[in-house]
Amino acid sequence: MGEGDVSPLNMFSGGTMIWNKEYECMDRDNLKELQLTRLKEVVRRVYERLPFYRKKFTKNHLHPDALKSLEDLRKFPFTRKPELREGYPFGLFTAPLEKIVEFHISSGTTGKPVVNGYTRKDIQVWSEVMARALACAGTTSKDVVHNAYGYGLFTGGLGVHYGAQLIGAKTVPISGGQTRRQIMIMQDFKSTVLTCTPSYALHIAEVAEEIGVNPRELSLRVGILGAEAWSENMRKEVEVQLGIDALDIYGLTEIIGPGVAQECEAKEGMHIFEDHFLPEIIDPKTGKVLEEGEEGELVLTTLTREGTSLVRYRTGDITQINYQLCECGRTIARISKIKGRVDDMLIIRGVNIFPSQIENVLLQIEEAEPHYQLILERKRGLDELTVELEVSPNTFFDEVKRVEKIEAKIEKEIEDALGLRIGVRLVESRTIERSMGKAKRIIDKRKSK
Amino acid sequence: MEVRQISVFLENKIGRLAEITQVLGNKGINIRALAIADTTEFGILRMIVDKPEKAYEALEERGFTVSQTEVIVVEVRDKPGGLAGVMAILGKAGINVEYLYAFVAPKGSNALVVLKIEKLKDAVGLLQAQKVKILSSKDIGRL
Repeated sequence: MGEGDVSPLNMFSGGTMIWNKEYECMDRDNLKELQLTRLKEVVRRVYERLPFYRKKFTKNHLHPDALKSLEDLRKFPFTRKPELREGYPFGLFTAPLEKIVEFHISSGTTGKPVVNGYTRKDIQVWSEVMARALACAGTTSKDVVHNAYGYGLFTGGLGVHYGAQLIGAKTVPISGGQTRRQIMIMQDFKSTVLTCTPSYALHIAEVAEEIGVNPRELSLRVGILGAEAWSENMRKEVEVQLGIDALDIYGLTEIIGPGVAQECEAKEGMHIFEDHFLPEIIDPKTGKVLEEGEEGELVLTTLTREGTSLVRYRTGDITQINYQLCECGRTIARISKIKGRVDDMLIIRGVNIFPSQIENVLLQIEEAEPHYQLILERKRGLDELTVELEVSPNTFFDEVKRVEKIEAKIEKEIEDALGLRIGVRLVESRTIERSMGKAKRIIDKRKSK
Repeated sequence: MEVRQISVFLENKIGRLAEITQVLGNKGINIRALAIADTTEFGILRMIVDKPEKAYEALEERGFTVSQTEVIVVEVRDKPGGLAGVMAILGKAGINVEYLYAFVAPKGSNALVVLKIEKLKDAVGLLQAQKVKILSSKDIGRL
């Protein structure tokens, strides 16, 4: 078994770096066999250790022995976030408490927090998948990793940290905030790899310009950006502003944290580390498993976790899966950029939209600033959406009609792209909150009144 | 003969105007004239100040979105029909006025009118030929 072992960095002829070629480039039939072996263990472990799983299985007349193929997993019930909350704080561990060495706890803004408990081996798995993720972005021991994900109960900071340590990269564990100081440190330590949320990456560029530092002249080469859904045009914006390659990373606290999937330099989807996490895409309404290339909700089963094993966990994230061989040589599947969350989907006058779709339109309009927010209100019983966009020298004129013309232009672009007319309101610059972590894009005013 | 006008983007929020005037006051900048164009959602504050360059920098530094526009300031006699003469000259020449606002000079009895017009250079020539007094930036500074 390779997880946890320090692998020599494998180089393909094209110069692509692959941390663990044995598993990332595994023959797919062998991979399926490995997945089935591990899946059987996981299903048995949750059945034996967690009464709530035992109850769920029994209710569906299922026993771990019923799982004979990967397809059999479809018979098993889903696990949902509220069920995990019920287990707070120690109720959901699938390893004895004395074997747990670390906790991560979600912020719990919408209810009781969700806890993930890691055994020593889980930390090794996490380090392994994060090393793979960093290597996907070409990170080696020569790199200086500027890790601006928050350290603490949030999984971002420590996840990147463990992976960078395994690679032997020089890690700057700066966490979030104090942006000016971050820029100074990036200059002095010649950081080459930036890890943070995409919105914070843009904020760094903005603050750098403000203090007279050209962000494109920093030593940064690549950004590993995640923890929020971001569009293809946001990628372009970050790449231009910082002069880097911006790669997407995916993960969630319930499963392990970051390191579930990572984009390689081909930028054509995030490689999901399938020997550790088994993906399915389902129709969020019916629960039916969808085919390759169909868009739906990502469902994950942990294959190697000890402390917190989950079977068919509904992530709430909308994506699609692609099993084709990637140009980088990895045989593992790829999930496309997360389009949004099932619960973030807005239905405005009968049209389904995700905030990331609006972002994609805004960022291709030359005059528009990347600082925006969506205001959701209820007017006369209907949900109404307004885009608030910060004004800039490109959108501001001394004549009212010219400012209104710009607003109308942006409204038209959104309507052309989404088939939906949404009001655009310019607001004063620097009034939309800059985020050090996950950007807050939707302000829901429907409940407050 | 053109004078630089400072425009500031304002959301219709309490206290913003107070903040702007305070920023300028602290920098020793004197506002000669000001007008607000407002819509239901935002406003544009337009000002003629004695030190436009300094005002622009001070406001930008404070995070306001500011723009500079060339306008002209003409002197008209403060009596009925004073402005009509100026408008007639421009109207006859087919020159459109985008907006205007007026203020009274601290000394003397003449009114001063700020005009944003298209074809600025043509307008200046035309008005001067008709003996309309146009104030320079220096004149504004001395008011």
